[in-house]
Amino acid sequence: MVRFLVKRLLSAALTLFAVSVFSFLMFFALPRDPVTGMCPKNCNPERLERVRQELGLRDPLITQYAGYMKGIVTGRDLGSAQGGRCDAPCLGWSYVTNEAVSDTIARVLPVTLSIVIPAAILWLLLGVGLGMVSALRRGTWLDRLAIGFSLTGASLQLYFVGAVLLLVFVYNLRLLPVPSYTSLFDNPVKWASGLVLAWVALAFLYSAIYARLSRAQMLETLSEDFVRTARAKGLTKPKVYGRHALRAAITPVVTIAGLDVGGALGGTVITETTFGIQGLGRTAVDAVRAGDLPTIMATVLIAAVFVVLANVLVDLLYAAIDPRVRLR
Amino acid sequence: MSLSPVEGVALAEIESTGDGAAPKAKGFVGRSPGQLAWARLRRDRTAMVSAGMLAFFVLVALAVPLIQALYGVGPREQFQTRLDGFGMPLGYAGGISGEHWFGLEPGLGRDIFIRMVHGLRTSLFIAFAAAVITAAIGIVLGTLAGYLGGWLDAVINWITDLTLAMPFLIIALALTPTVALRFYGQREAVPAAFQIGVLIAVFALFGWTSTARLVRGQVIALREREFVEAARASGAGLGHMLFRQLLPNIWAPILVSFSLAVPSYITSEAALSFIGVGLTDETPSFGRMIYRSLDYLQTDPAYVFFPGITIFALVFAFNLFGDALRDALDPKSSR
Repeated sequence: MVRFLVKRLLSAALTLFAVSVFSFLMFFALPRDPVTGMCPKNCNPERLERVRQELGLRDPLITQYAGYMKGIVTGRDLGSAQGGRCDAPCLGWSYVTNEAVSDTIARVLPVTLSIVIPAAILWLLLGVGLGMVSALRRGTWLDRLAIGFSLTGASLQLYFVGAVLLLVFVYNLRLLPVPSYTSLFDNPVKWASGLVLAWVALAFLYSAIYARLSRAQMLETLSEDFVRTARAKGLTKPKVYGRHALRAAITPVVTIAGLDVGGALGGTVITETTFGIQGLGRTAVDAVRAGDLPTIMATVLIAAVFVVLANVLVDLLYAAIDPRVRLR
Repeated sequence: MSLSPVEGVALAEIESTGDGAAPKAKGFVGRSPGQLAWARLRRDRTAMVSAGMLAFFVLVALAVPLIQALYGVGPREQFQTRLDGFGMPLGYAGGISGEHWFGLEPGLGRDIFIRMVHGLRTSLFIAFAAAVITAAIGIVLGTLAGYLGGWLDAVINWITDLTLAMPFLIIALALTPTVALRFYGQREAVPAAFQIGVLIAVFALFGWTSTARLVRGQVIALREREFVEAARASGAGLGHMLFRQLLPNIWAPILVSFSLAVPSYITSEAALSFIGVGLTDETPSFGRMIYRSLDYLQTDPAYVFFPGITIFALVFAFNLFGDALRDALDPKSSR
């Protein structure tokens, strides 16, 4: 178990290292001059040159990369033009927003978390529940309804569903305020009412995929020998389905869920754009529009960290859920 | 389906494992797996309806110049006279009329129908091109990794993991303008063909992983089978092994994954255009139209529905057809 964990974490670290090198090369070393986007409107050659010096763009690439990485681990001194001392998770200084990138991230990350975590809970419960019920009631009207729901949901687009939800609940019925983010700790009611449409839209589309997947998995598991054995030795149906079949059927669902949740935490770009909520995803879009390289780099790295961590977590969950899996 | 010697192998495989395979007596018609799948597909009503819808969409996309000539309106023409003082189209439901079937865009007054027809063509072209390229890359890397194994397998696997860890949307978002700036200046207009090329390249860069995984798994399952061993013993080269022995046996899952990849690229293209990378407003596209329509949700709600419902119908038809294809190609399928 410990050996597996160490091995898994090492490979995750290696992946993250490769992602960081790749994105660093892509953004800082591509022939496009990274400075053009960082310089305010009235730019003259001297000022450009000064920005280049401040950013250390004249140094060799390895030095630049090492400096960036050192900044994340221990913090570093960026020079007076970039806000001076930059503390431990230092992700650089944005010339566009004129603040440390880590401050921007600290502001928008809670927004994305508030969108994704409740939505993920909703879509997992709804999707897996629906899939299980329709597998156990195979061929009934309930099953057909669930199949229709999942086929429709899997073909719908978030921006369209979001637009329709906005149109109905905000503009026509006026039941909900225009979506916005309020901190959960300031005002929980406002927090929920501002984000509920985003949760519903995400949950609707994702749960369609999960319903389909978990129905197929459950059907396959139900035809396996160990389920029949469990029934034959006299266990009740709820025990067989809930404790034996569910645990075996749910593992592939957990894999996909890990990837999805990890990916969504890295920025729900479409959701945030549709509902006009400023989270990690919108920040990335804005940074791309403004050519704000330090911010783009930071958002890519954070998104990758979430995906990789989610994968590690999924591997560990496997062993906890499915008794047939032994970690080595 | 022609009965090449290779397919004969596949047929023998199925007959030896399939239960109830009738002995070949006189009067029985031998059918290849391809023919069987085709017959099953023909009998499936959902498959036929969705195939009809797809054929309609593809026909419309192919006939764009003809439709434009008959319809008499171009995608960039503006009809400002048919808008009111606030830039809202006159008339009901976004200005639907005999001349403008789906109404006009608020603000610029461009015809929605002809823009959607053009958008459909762009969308289908990008999706098919990306699906073909990713399938090709995935097949080559997947068969190589699965058949040769060893360090090559380890390397390809690691690259696959790495690609999956990259946040696709954000990297695509960051990469497309960077690439465009590499070739064109800050203020130069980027031609539509270049934007489309970049989109396809980005999809190819990130999309091959699922096909590669699928093919690798299938090849590993086949690698130790007798017919592969027999071919190897007869001195078959690597190319012959991969393309004449292994590939013909796994074309069914590849075809299914291809048919499900096309709609996913349609939605990805729309999503990228929606967040403002990929195609610019000059090139008509569904994603761009929906993005613009969000500003007019309150004042002109009809605008969002035309592109929204069309893209839903398109993806829905593809998904239905892909599922039906999977059922038809699965020898274990009961239908």
